[in-house]
Amino acid sequence: MAGLNSIDIKPSITQDRENPFKRNWLITSAWLLLAAYLIYSVNAMGLSWERISSGLGYADKLLDKMFPPNFNRWELLLNDLAESLEIAIIASVAGIFLSLFFGLFAARNLMPNWVSIPMRGFIAICRTFHPVIIAILFVKSVGFGALAGILTLIVASIGFIAKLFAEAIEEISLKQVEAIRATGAGFVSVILFSVMPQVFSRFLGFSTYQLDSNLRNSTMVGIVGAGGLGGTLFSAFQRFDYDFVAAILITIIALIMLGEFLSNIVRRIFR
Amino acid sequence: MNTINHHWQRFTLNQKLSRYAVYLLLILSLVQSVRTVEVIPEFFFDAPEQMADLFARMWPIDFAYYPISVHDAMVETLNIATLGTLITLIFAIPLALMNASNIVASPWSHWIARFFLVSSRSVNSLVWALLFVAIFGPGIIAGVLAIAFRSVGFVGKLLGEAIEEINMGPIEALQATGASWMSILLKGYWPQILPAFFSIVLFRWDINVRESAVLGLVGAGGIGVVLNDAMNLFEWQRVSMALVAIFVIVIVAEIVVVNIRKRLI
Repeated sequence: MAGLNSIDIKPSITQDRENPFKRNWLITSAWLLLAAYLIYSVNAMGLSWERISSGLGYADKLLDKMFPPNFNRWELLLNDLAESLEIAIIASVAGIFLSLFFGLFAARNLMPNWVSIPMRGFIAICRTFHPVIIAILFVKSVGFGALAGILTLIVASIGFIAKLFAEAIEEISLKQVEAIRATGAGFVSVILFSVMPQVFSRFLGFSTYQLDSNLRNSTMVGIVGAGGLGGTLFSAFQRFDYDFVAAILITIIALIMLGEFLSNIVRRIFR
Repeated sequence: MNTINHHWQRFTLNQKLSRYAVYLLLILSLVQSVRTVEVIPEFFFDAPEQMADLFARMWPIDFAYYPISVHDAMVETLNIATLGTLITLIFAIPLALMNASNIVASPWSHWIARFFLVSSRSVNSLVWALLFVAIFGPGIIAGVLAIAFRSVGFVGKLLGEAIEEINMGPIEALQATGASWMSILLKGYWPQILPAFFSIVLFRWDINVRESAVLGLVGAGGIGVVLNDAMNLFEWQRVSMALVAIFVIVIVAEIVVVNIRKRLI
C-alpha cells in the first residue's frame, strides 16, 4: 500500500516530510520507568562503596582459602557423589514412567475434560514450586536422607515432562488415530499403535534433558537435608572449610559436564 | 510363485546393539541404585500419614501474618529477580557477541565465552548464593549477584544463538555504506534480535522469580528468609502463608510473561 501511495506524492526537494524515525513515546516512557525502578531498587538494596570494597577484600581471602582444593576426604566425597547419582537415576526413571501416564491423561484431544483439567492442575502445581521448597516439605514429612530427594525430583520431573509430553500429544495428527480406531482397536491399542509412534522420539528427548537436570538438582537438594552432595557442601560452608568447598564444587561441575557428554551420546544413538 | 525374499530392517545391527547397550546400562544403574540407596522403608510407608499431619498443621493459613513481614519480603524477592536479570545483561551481552560466529570469527573468543557460559550454568543458584553470602554477608546483595551470575549462562547462550540466526542482508547493506562497527551493531543487528532479546529476558525473569523465592534459605534475602524463620520456629501456619504468597507471585509472573510475549512476537 505504501508503494501505491507514494506515486501520488509529487517529487519535490523542499517538501516537508515527517521524520521517519519518530520518537515512540510509549517506549521512551518504558525506558524512563525502568531507569526510575533501577534507582529505587538499588537504593532499597542499601549498596555502598564500603560494602563493595570490603566485599572484594573478603572475596580475595575466600579465593585464597579455596585454593588449592582439598581432596583429603575423598571417601566422603565419593560416598555423597554416589548418593547424588542414585537419587538422580531412581527419580528420573520413576518420574519419567509416571509422566508417561500423567501426560497422556492431561492431553485434551484424547481425554474428556473431567480427566484432563484436574490432571493439568496437578501438573501445574508440581511445576510452580521450586524443587528446594518441595524438598523442604518432603524432608519434614519423610525425614532426612535420600528418600526425600528422590520424591522431590520425581515431582519436579512430572512437572516438566508431563507438561511437554501432553503438549506433544496435542500436536499429533489425528488421521492415524482414526485409522486405527476404524479397525475396531481398543483404547490401549489406539494409544500404542497410533499415538506412541508419533510422540515417542520427542518423549525420549525430554527424558534425556530431564535426566540431565535431575543430575544438577540432585547435587542441590542436599542443602535442605534431602541427601546427596549438597548437604556436605552446605556443612563445609558453615564450618568455613573453603578448600573442601572448592573440591566439592569441582566435583559437581565435572559430574554435570560428564552428564552432558553422556546425554549427547545417548541422543546421537536414538536419533 | 516367485516371492520376494527381502528381510526388511529398520535399524542396522550397530544401531540395534548401541540401543540395547543404552537400555542395559540404564537398567543396571537403576538396579544398582535401588540396591545401594539408603532408604528406611518404615519412613516411606509412614509418609502419607506424616504429610497429612503436616498439612493439618498448616491449616488454617495465617493471613494476618501477610502485612507484618511477608509483604516486604515479597517486594524484596521481586527486586532480587528483576535487578538480577538486569545485571545479567551487562555480562551476558558481551559474552553472547563473543560467542556468535557471525560477529567474532576467532575460535579463541568462542572458547573463552563458552567457558564462562558453561561454568555459570553448572553451578546452581543456591550454591552461587552461598558463595556470595560468604563474600558480602547475608542480605539482598548476595541474592542479586547469585541470580545475575546464574542467569549469564542461560541468557548468553540463547542470545548468541539468536544473533547467529539473523538475516545477513541488512548487515551487508550497512557495511557497503561504510557504516562504523557500532552503527552496524545498533542499526543492523539490534532491530533483528529485538523480539528474541525481550522474550529471552522475560523468560529468564520468570525463572528468576521462582529461584529468588528460595535464595533466602541460605540467607540471601527475600521471602526465603521468612520461610526459613517460620520453619525453624515450627510456625506452620506462617509457612503456608509464605507458600501461598510464592504460589501467587509465580503464577502472576507467568501470566504477565505469556501475555507480553504474545504481543511481542
